This record gives sequence, C-alpha cells and structure tokens, in this order.
Amino acid sequence: MESLWPQIERLLPLVSKPARYIGGEQGAVYPEHGPGRVAWLLLYPDTYEIGLPNQGLQILYEILNERPDAVAERAYAPWVDMEAAMREAGVPLFSVEQHLPASVFDVLAFNLSAELVYTNVVNLIDLAGLPLHAADRAGADALVVAGGHCAFNPEPLADFVDAFVLGDGEEVVGEMNQVLVAWLGAAPPEERDRGALRRALARVEGVYVPALYEPVFEGGRLVATRPVGPGVPAVVTKRTVADLADWPHPVRPLVPLTEVVHDRLNVEVFRGCTRGCRFCQAGMITRPVRERPAEQVRAMVRRGLEWSGHDEVTLTSLSSADFSGIEDTVRDIVEDPAHGGQVSVSLPSLRVDAFTVGTAAEIQKVRRTGLTFAPEGGTWRMRTVINKLITEEDLYGAVDAAFSQGWRRVKLYFLIGLPTERDEDVSGIAELGARCVEIGRHHHPSVTVVASVGGFVPKAHTPFQWFGQDTVAELERKVSLLREEARRTRGLTVRWHDPAASVAEGLASRGDRRMGAVIERVWRAGGTFQEWFERFDLGLWLDALGAEGLSVEEICHRERGADEALPWDHISAGLHRDFLWGDWQDALARVSVEDCRWTPCYDCGACTGFGLEHVVASPVPPAGGSQGTGQDLTVGGRVPVRLVGRAS
Amino acid sequence: MSTAPDGRPVSTAPDGRPVSTAPDGRPVSTAPEGRPEGTERLRLRLRFTKQGKIRFTSHRDVARMWERALRRSRLPLAYSQGFVPHPLVSFGLALPTGCESLGEYLDVRLEPAALGETPLAELPATLSPLLPEGIEVTAAALVDEAEGSLQQEVASCDWELEVPGVPGEELAERVERLLAAPVLTVRRERKGRQTDDDIRPAVLAMSVTSPDGHLRAEVATHPRGVRPADLLAALGTVSVPGRACRTHQWIERDGARFEPLALSGHGPGAGAAQHARRAIPHVRDGDQPDPGGSPAGGVTPR
Repeated sequence: MESLWPQIERLLPLVSKPARYIGGEQGAVYPEHGPGRVAWLLLYPDTYEIGLPNQGLQILYEILNERPDAVAERAYAPWVDMEAAMREAGVPLFSVEQHLPASVFDVLAFNLSAELVYTNVVNLIDLAGLPLHAADRAGADALVVAGGHCAFNPEPLADFVDAFVLGDGEEVVGEMNQVLVAWLGAAPPEERDRGALRRALARVEGVYVPALYEPVFEGGRLVATRPVGPGVPAVVTKRTVADLADWPHPVRPLVPLTEVVHDRLNVEVFRGCTRGCRFCQAGMITRPVRERPAEQVRAMVRRGLEWSGHDEVTLTSLSSADFSGIEDTVRDIVEDPAHGGQVSVSLPSLRVDAFTVGTAAEIQKVRRTGLTFAPEGGTWRMRTVINKLITEEDLYGAVDAAFSQGWRRVKLYFLIGLPTERDEDVSGIAELGARCVEIGRHHHPSVTVVASVGGFVPKAHTPFQWFGQDTVAELERKVSLLREEARRTRGLTVRWHDPAASVAEGLASRGDRRMGAVIERVWRAGGTFQEWFERFDLGLWLDALGAEGLSVEEICHRERGADEALPWDHISAGLHRDFLWGDWQDALARVSVEDCRWTPCYDCGACTGFGLEHVVASPVPPAGGSQGTGQDLTVGGRVPVRLVGRAS
Repeated sequence: MSTAPDGRPVSTAPDGRPVSTAPDGRPVSTAPEGRPEGTERLRLRLRFTKQGKIRFTSHRDVARMWERALRRSRLPLAYSQGFVPHPLVSFGLALPTGCESLGEYLDVRLEPAALGETPLAELPATLSPLLPEGIEVTAAALVDEAEGSLQQEVASCDWELEVPGVPGEELAERVERLLAAPVLTVRRERKGRQTDDDIRPAVLAMSVTSPDGHLRAEVATHPRGVRPADLLAALGTVSVPGRACRTHQWIERDGARFEPLALSGHGPGAGAAQHARRAIPHVRDGDQPDPGGSPAGGVTPR
C-alpha cells in the first residue's frame, strides 16, 4: 500500500499550520491492513485542531484497533489552502497515520458533532474520490457511515451517507464490523451486492440505512417516512451502553504534536443528563445518566497523566459537578502524590451555586482568567420556561463566591430567541449582568462580566422541536436591544453569535431529506467550513434553498402542530413523543420538572425502553443547591439584597 | 524589554543577562541568591535534533513536547513561584517551522539533588524515548549559572540548504554575486508588517557543497536572525523551498568558537556530554518507518 507522504511533504511548506497533516501523535497506531480486516477511516469533518480531541472518535479508534478483524486510521478536513494544494497536485484525502489514500479504506466513518459541518462532509466524500451520492456507489466503493449527536436527524445528509449510527458507538461498531467482514469476504469487489449490505446493516440495532426509507410529501410538506421492503424496521432506536465501567476508553488518549483545542487530559465521568433543560438536545438524547465508578475515574486520571505528561485534566460530561462525590474525586486527584502536586483539575459547565465555586477554587491550581456559568435565560420567568432552574439567589451567590475567591472575570452564557421570550427577558440579561458587576465591585475595583449570547436553534428530539425559530431580523433586533441596555454598565461586555449562522444551523437541524440538494449546492458554490465565522455565508444557503424551491420560513420559522410529521419520526432516542409534547406544553405554561435522578420518574422513555436505570452512586442530590430538585421554586426569582447590596 | 524570536518578551536583568519571563510577563527567578549553601538549583543543558515529519511543528509545539516529556521523566523540575507555576525551561534560538536541525538546545532548571539517581551520561537515552519520533537527545551537561542564556550567547549558526531547480554552476555564480554585494535587501514579514532588511552583514559565509543544488551558509544571529527563506530570497530562487537543516550553533568567546554543547570533545561541559543514539522507537506503536525521517540530502554531522 503506497503512502502519499512524498507528495504531501511537497505541499506542506506552502500551507498554514502544516503540523495538522503529519500525524505522529503519541497513542497513534500504525495498523497493518490486509484481507479479513475491515479498514475504517475515522473522519472528523473539521480542522485537525478541532477534531483531534474528540473523545467519541478516540474511543472508536481504540476499540476498532483492538479487534483482530479491523484496522482504523484517522483523517480531518484539510483547511482551504491545503485542500486547494491537494486538488491541484491530485492528492486525495489521506489518513494522518500512514498517509494512505482514502480509497484503500472500506469504511469512511464521520463524527457529526455540529450541523454546520455538513458541507465539509460532502467535501470530504468528494476529496476521497467517492461518488457523492450513496445511490451512485458500487460494490467496490467504500461505505460511508456517520454517527454522533446530529445523526438524530439524519435526513439532511441521507443522500450522501450509506448508514447512520444512533447513540453510543462502543458496542454497535463491532457488530457493524462483523457484517462488513462477511460482506467483504463474500465476493470480489466488483461483484459485491450493496443492496445485501444495506439490508444486513439495517438488521443491526441502532443502524439506520436511509436508502431503505422513503419520505412521502404532500403539497410540499412531509407527511410520512416509510420503510421500503420487508424486514425493515419502522423505527430505528438508538443504542445505549448500560455501564461505562465496561468501557474505560480511551486507554491511551492521543497526545498531539501541535496545539489543539482542549489540550489536556479528558476523562469522561458520566454520560447522559436528566436536568431536563428543554433546549438541550444532548441532555435529551443521551439519557439515562450513567456514572463511571469513582475508582475507575481516579485510575483513568492517574494512568492518563502518566501516559501523556499533561498537567491538567478535565472531568467531562454534560454537568460534571453533578457527579456523585465529585469533591472527593477531585481532591484525590489533586492530592495524589503520583502527580507531584502540580496537577490541576477543571470542570466544564460548572453548576451555578456558591458551593461549586468553592470547590473549583480549591481544586483549580491554575486560575484561568475567568469562571463561566450558563444561566441561559435572563429572567426567572424565562428560565422556568426552558427548565434551567437557576434561582437568582444561586446565581448571585456563585458570582459573589467567584469574585471573592480571586477571579476577576465572570462569563455568562445566554440564549436568545427562546419560546415565549419577551423584550424584558432580553433586557433582563443586561440587568443580571449589571448586578454581577456590582457584586464584583464589592471585592475588586475593576471586574469584568461578559454576557455571551447565542441565538436559539430548536433541535430534533427535544420539547422545543415544534417551536418556530426567530428570524435573523428578530434576533438582530434583540441583540441591539441588549447592547443598548448593557451600554449603561461599565464592566459589562456583550458578545453575540452571528444570528445568520443560527438560520443555517436551523435548516440543517430540522430540514428533511430535501435539504441534501441544498447542502450540495452550498458545497458546489464553495461553502465549506461554514462553522468558521470568516467562511460562513448565509447567502449561499438562501440561494441554494431558493433554487430547490424551499423556504426558510417553512423549515425554520414556522411552529409545527401536534400531529405534523417530523423528518425524524422514524428515529428514536428512546423518548416518547407524548412526553416531549407534554413537556412542550408545560414549557408554554411555565410548569417546571425536577431532575428525575432524585425524584419520581416522568416516564420519558429513556430508561424503561432499554430496561435500564440511572446509574448514580448517591441517592441524594448534591449538596449546596441543585437547580430545581427540592427547591422552593416560587421564590426562585427573588433578588438577594444581601448580595446585591440594595433592593432593586 | 525586547522580544525573543518566538515572540515572547525577554527582559534584561541589571547585569545585562536576559531573564526568562513567564507567559504572564512576570520575571521568573532562576538566580540562586538567597538559597542556603548547597541547595542551588542545577542548570541542565540538553542538545537535541529535529528531523523528519516533525520538522513541520512549530517552536512552540516543540516547547510543549518538552514540557510533557520532562514531566514524564520524573526529573525534579524547578517550578516558578506564583499564581501559575510552570517548569523553568528556556529554549535557544527558535527554529523556523519546516526546518530541520542537528543542534537544538534547551536549559532546564532542576531542584538540587536532582541527578542523584540518574547519571548525566544516561539522560539522553532516558529522555529520547519520551519525545516524539524525529526528536532525539544527543547530549546533556550541567552548565554554570553564571553563563549567559542560549539566546544571548549563540552568535552564529550553520545551515545546509537544498536549492531545488537551480543547476550547480548557476548556483555557484549566484552565491558569488551574493557575497560580492555590499547590500542585500530582503522583504520579509515581521509582526504582521512588511519590512525591508539588509541581511548582508549577517551572512558570514556561503558556499556550494554539491553540484545538485546544496549549499552551506553561516549566518549571524544578532541583532536579528536570518532565516533560510531570507537566504533563498536573496539568491533569487522563488520556487518551492527545499529542505533546510541547521547543523550547528556557535558561541564565540575570546576568539574561540564552540558549540553550546558538543557531541564530542570541546566546549563547556564537554566532559559530561554524552552522545547517545536512540535505541527504542517510542511514541509510535507500530514499526512504521518514517518516510520523512532522513536528513536533508548532503547533510551530515561533522
């Protein structure tokens, strides 16, 4: 098998950040390809520095390479300068380990973590030299598969992808590999029957083969998605790994040679979240909560630090402060003599309360410039709608603790364009930020509060999947309103995401199969790396939409009815549609739900459907405020005079 | 406050010696003052190569690789005091991304009693397996704290350059013209701005070493370094850059010239310097040969 390195090497002096393309990471493996071994090319459709730390990809990389009947290498999207150089020199997409052309791989497997990368997926399929459309691929062509959170509405990419994988990949990847071993071994390449492969894959639980489903449209609107042919399940349900303790991966995390995002050790402490934030797709589709045993966490941290030489570890999950016994776990890590007292622990998505900040201060040896909290909504009213039950008391207590512990900067994440949002909810963000500045000034004369504001994009399999997303004009109006309000407070800075990007994300998030042609047009017009601010162009999307006779109003801004067919009705994350609709109605009525880890079951479907339970070590909620559970919600909006210093 | 080639600020102590600065700009004390007798920190100098695929990593990337490798080595690193403690490591001249080297250096501060268990001579063989393929530690020695920093002391360095697409005879003529020119103006980018610099004073020597387009150059490092790309621009070659390898760095003192750490024989700390070939490929799991692993054509350590 011929390495492309000599050709690639000639291009690297001409491009930016050439270390993106050399591989050589600690932990990389150089497997021997051969008959009887399915060759997987694991792809992250963004740049190397964004894609390398992705834990899902690293886990599958190890699991596949541990199998005697599989080999796996990795590839990332070449930046535009490298892509141009590759196309000019006739160099196809290549793996970073052995610099082998994509054409020697049996499977191209994409990680889909964000919708705006869809045009990159198409571009990489093209750079690999494959026919763009799944329907045009022959027996000898590689199979294109995709998994990750975005696979829960697979329809926009259905034209390009042979099979989608739903949910946790640890087990299903092996089952797919077995199907492929049999299929590849059954006939020489040109005689392989792709139809037989599709049918065999569709029999694997959690695998969705779009060619076996037909969307039905009436009057320009989707009315149903039907299975085609016998033995094809009407609904494909996600896979769920019951016990994370069975999967202590990555065992040897990749340590890159060049700078990447999250350049530290990452150890996943649990999967799933039951806080029930209604805007959060990740929280909904990854239920139930499955904690890793604390002892295994400690072992993975110790081994990972010794292996990598990192001096920082992040305990990852959707809400790491909720891990049972988090305080003990982090203290054990920090005080472990094996690490020489030089290790710092960071917890992403800090829970918003003073208690958590105290813990953070204790364990975070390296003080970052600031602490980040995510109240998401500017008023208590708004937060009860989205079920992010952070009381004013908890938020100001957390901010007070942060400033008193020596931090000078606090960053707050908010969403705008949420259901039932009124202008006072938007200006409430500025008011809340101003109070935080005021609290900070009690501790230090110059403090900064940054309010980072994103436009809300409704996602599939959430209670807000029926909601009509705000238009660009409306989001821009709200951003202006907020900036105007925030201008009065020195020390308060407002940052916002491009409202236009939320529209493109909305198209890719809730579009049906007709979006495929739109994505292809955007790609043909040069629209790659749309998740990069400097590359994003809403005009490309609107032109493509117009050319396909589709409208942004229909896909993004229109509220759906209870009985309307949704493009992902044949895909199940385990959540009952009744539960989601009921939760949507509750949101509109400002009825909150508590965290079901510690309260009676709402029967959302995530546990019962799989015969699972939440795997939680502690029977009681974490101490020190818990965003809803056991709180008196009637006083959640009360502003604590004690902290703010004056009644307001 | 001036700026090191890697862009980090370098401040100067009252005695004129540069002092390392932490990323946050605060000076880092490496001086032994105030420490009880016999507890002075050790200053360990390491020499290493950078060859093959890894040449496409940056100077900062190499610094990060070293920090991780040193932590894994369990050497008792000295840390800076303060809010953000970090290991006291200082690097020499930055190597431009894409260039190879047979002579790169760093100084590491160790707590005393550091080398009680690890003989100095074994350090290269101990450290090399902790570093990626293409980086090999070739010498180690303790250096006196009174000596200046690498950045300050190194006065010139030697390069072997590949100049593709220029026939040997023509290359020789161009080199002759270059050396005869009183002024060599090269347009280059510094801090995002285009500037015109005369690099002629910095070109100390240049000669063609083989008829297939290889040359050797010695360039001064002060007041401002000259990169291989500058030399090629001055030679009037605009094609794809060939391989470039820094073969030596030189310190001049009292009319003598020596390397910060010699592979054999001369220079400070030479007695302890140890040249160790790397025995076991680490980092990589497979036995994959590195197709980019051979040094640039015609370059051999002398």
